[in-house]
Amino acid sequence: MARRILPGLPLTLGITLVYVAIIVVLPLGALVFKAASLGPEDYWRIVSSERAVASYRITLLCALAATLFNLVFGLALAWIIVRYRFPGRRFVDALVDLPFALPTAVAGIALTTLFASNGWFGAPLAAIGIKVAYTPLGIIIAMAFTSLPFIVRTVQPVLEELDPALEEAGQTLGASDLEIFLRVILPQLAPSLLAGLSLSFARSLGEFGAIIFIAGNQPFDTEITALLAFIRLEEYDYPASAAIASVMLIAAFTMLAVTNLLQARALRYTVKG
Amino acid sequence: MAQTKTRRPPRIGEAPVFRITLIAIVLVFVALVIVAPLAVIGVEAFSKGIAYFGKTIANSDTRHAIMMTALTALIAVPINTAFGVAAAWAITKFDFPGRRLLLIVIEIPFSVSPIVAGVAYMFVYGLQGLFGEALQSADVKILFALPGIVLASMFVTAPFVARELIPLMQAQGRDLEEAATSLGASGWRTFFSVTLPNIKWALLYGIILCNSRVMGEFGAVSVVSGNIRGQTNTLPLHIELLYHDYNAVGAFAAASILAALAVVTLIAKVALERRGAGRVRRPTLAGPSPTSPETKQ
Repeated sequence: MARRILPGLPLTLGITLVYVAIIVVLPLGALVFKAASLGPEDYWRIVSSERAVASYRITLLCALAATLFNLVFGLALAWIIVRYRFPGRRFVDALVDLPFALPTAVAGIALTTLFASNGWFGAPLAAIGIKVAYTPLGIIIAMAFTSLPFIVRTVQPVLEELDPALEEAGQTLGASDLEIFLRVILPQLAPSLLAGLSLSFARSLGEFGAIIFIAGNQPFDTEITALLAFIRLEEYDYPASAAIASVMLIAAFTMLAVTNLLQARALRYTVKG
Repeated sequence: MAQTKTRRPPRIGEAPVFRITLIAIVLVFVALVIVAPLAVIGVEAFSKGIAYFGKTIANSDTRHAIMMTALTALIAVPINTAFGVAAAWAITKFDFPGRRLLLIVIEIPFSVSPIVAGVAYMFVYGLQGLFGEALQSADVKILFALPGIVLASMFVTAPFVARELIPLMQAQGRDLEEAATSLGASGWRTFFSVTLPNIKWALLYGIILCNSRVMGEFGAVSVVSGNIRGQTNTLPLHIELLYHDYNAVGAFAAASILAALAVVTLIAKVALERRGAGRVRRPTLAGPSPTSPETKQ
């Protein structure tokens, strides 16, 4: 271990540990403690109840759909920002972060108004028989909106640093553009795409504010897990709230581990050794 | 890579038809997905005219919500900033066992749903929670009051300043600080005259993002605030309340304030990125620390 000649370790580490303990560890620990104190039978009964399972299904499927939409749209968006020059490119680049900057409740009422049956998009869609607001489609749109920047921002730097020589080699060898994209470019982007996907998916699983306005919130149909945990709390059913929240916490930690692994892999490709 | 600049290598996707079509399609989606929500806020907020907008904003509950949000940010952001700087200093200037674990713990709030955070706080300070009874007998109100809102806000934004500073300070190393202290500068002097000038833009960048999140946080605050109109409603909660009262214009008027804040945040972000902030490639989680700032420009 290196010699310590810089001052301030006790002070800064002390502040850090106290803050982390009070703000992060204590509440999460209390939640786990509460959920654990239920005992395995009660816990299982709550987390495997029909309504809870329906909420997991809706949350997972909608998050999956939103993430797939973002995979295509996010990759296309990163591609045009990096590879092409067009008027307004920097503006579009800056706009990508809007979903992160816009508070989720604001995004929620804006999307609901757009997609309500009398909204700018809702009215024409209703005319062709597609209902978005108060259906799972609305949940997907809210999730896609709030998690869009993840894929763009993880893929963008890798796309910027792709070695043109590899594409050139493909062209010299007579590969078509599509072949080069699929067999030369995509494999290089894959680690960062996967990392972006897992971040986007994780965010969608936990999203609340943007969704509850547009979802309709009908149990078994358009009720996400985060809302169910919230409802149980409002009903003073604390054990149920703790149990359901702990399921979300487990999902979050699983996604954190997956993302960590994928990002460590992605780094291996981007940091030049 | 330098020699590649002299001639433009052939690259795929350069056929004009393909390029223009792809740009057009993506821009249409950007307009539909990103611009339209922003536009609809402005249009709805002013749909009954500027006078009505002014009246809505001047409503006492709305004014109170704005005050609550500002007050929360005034408390949470400085504390968070102090924490972020302290954490970055400890983690990047020293080696100690458990450093990587600490990095992971700091990043946890980033992956935990705000609702889970709110529920978790109920089990610390709520009547059902660890300190609930003690707090009640001491007559201290944490939940359904400002302290709870501030604590929940600090949870969701805990990583914001630290994760901007840590990769940057890691990349900058310890040499300058070690030189300063060996020449006799105190720790504070070293920080303010050596470290701070090198990290100021990244620090400001982190503070701005943190502030934006604190002022806009909905889920976690919604759980712990109790939603008491004119008392514990922050601006995002007030928007929900107005919206569910079928006062859409009022909700959008209040929302337009936060949307304007988001736009200002984005502009500040771009301006700071031009000064190099936010550009050190970060593995958001505790991976090996990046040492190569982006090479472009």
